[in-house]
Amino acid sequence: MNRFMLFFHKLGSPPWFYQFSGRLLPWLWTVFLVLAATGIYLGLVKAPPDYLQGESARIMYIHVPSAYLSMMIYALMAVMGFIALVWHVRISEIMMISSAPVGAMFTALALITGSLWGRPTWGTYWVWDARLTSELVLLFLYLGIMGLYAAHDEPRKAARAAALLAIVGVVNLPIIHYSVLWWNTLHQPPSLTTGGSSIHPSMLWPLLVMIVAWKIYYIANLLDRAREKLLDQDRNKRWVADLAHGDKT
Amino acid sequence: MNTTPNSAVFLGLVRRDLLLAFRRRAEMIQPMVFLLVVVSLFPLGIGPEPQRLAGMAAGVIWIAALLATVLSLETLFRSDFEDGSMEQFILSGHPLTVIALAKILTHWLISGLPIVLLSPLLALWMNLPVDGLSILMASLAIGTPVLSLIGAIGSALTVGLKRGGQLLSLLVFPLYVPLLILATNAVSSALAGLPYNGQLGLMTAGLIAALTLAPFATAAALKLALE
Repeated sequence: MNRFMLFFHKLGSPPWFYQFSGRLLPWLWTVFLVLAATGIYLGLVKAPPDYLQGESARIMYIHVPSAYLSMMIYALMAVMGFIALVWHVRISEIMMISSAPVGAMFTALALITGSLWGRPTWGTYWVWDARLTSELVLLFLYLGIMGLYAAHDEPRKAARAAALLAIVGVVNLPIIHYSVLWWNTLHQPPSLTTGGSSIHPSMLWPLLVMIVAWKIYYIANLLDRAREKLLDQDRNKRWVADLAHGDKT
Repeated sequence: MNTTPNSAVFLGLVRRDLLLAFRRRAEMIQPMVFLLVVVSLFPLGIGPEPQRLAGMAAGVIWIAALLATVLSLETLFRSDFEDGSMEQFILSGHPLTVIALAKILTHWLISGLPIVLLSPLLALWMNLPVDGLSILMASLAIGTPVLSLIGAIGSALTVGLKRGGQLLSLLVFPLYVPLLILATNAVSSALAGLPYNGQLGLMTAGLIAALTLAPFATAAALKLALE
């Protein structure tokens, strides 16, 4: 077995995962703080105001990364859910269900910042525009997954039921997105595409820094949540007892 | 090894479930009464002006159909789950997808088809012009099987839970969004004299996709519930 595969197999073991993530977390939080501080400084102070929307466009530096993360996390949840359902990897179940609150938070953040941005630009807090609506539906999907998990008594079964729902949701998500897009469109077309970008570098850089910062935040928050869930599920296991007695860090 | 062909299992199960449903007629009719009551509330709530009612007829009827479907979905797998029939279905060795599909078909026959048949009355109440009625009925005929198919996944996921009903609506309504959009848009396009084939075509595509994928997801959820 090569080193890479060995690493992945080791990650599936709860004590090893707990130890590894514990060593990683302080670094992740530090990198997040540095990146977020840089991104916010660049975005709110250094970047020029938008020539059309003025200072209000600066909300973009929070809004766009949040919206990006809200979709990325859902897709990742479906992948982790698939791994959990097919190979019954417990760490994957825990990571999947621990992602849901973070994803829901980013979705809510994207909706709130979007509506605050909408007030000065479109003249109203809420419009039934395509992307706002699909983001709202995404929030409902997250809430459904969290609700389904909470309704079960047995955590492993709950996580697998939630994983199945996440996979059903991910098949539906593009359909929802395109149906809503076709239904009504007011939102500006995407500014960031893989082919290139329509924004000036002075505004693009802070945006990219913020996206990376948000991603690091997601990983750090996810690991914190997963560790807590893991301890809770394994509270009667030997390794947790050893941990509590201070045999290992 | 069991040698009964799957088609016999399918038909036998549909017949059994229909029989069970007809033995409990009051329970079977409830969602339809609910549908009628919900639609009748709209003119009372927003005023009886025919013009205004006609404008929102398709939306109101479709939303009432979603609500009535979710109401009847709650009990789709419950009794089989509680009396142990579901365990026997799994032990029988027949594919669970066939069993799920039979349950879904019965659900549609009991709760989806009546909605299609009741829609002319509802359209009359909501003052929907005659041009729109045939499109509304077509959209319901294509769309209600999808409601049953997607709803069955949610029903199977919540079958073992104490308060599954409230959760069920949270799980399935977001998944119904595309259907609602396409159906109501087809009717309003027809009323405006615009082509509506595209919307109905997309709904049919959705029906085929749901028909091929939903039974597998339902079967997986049922297996999970019985673990």
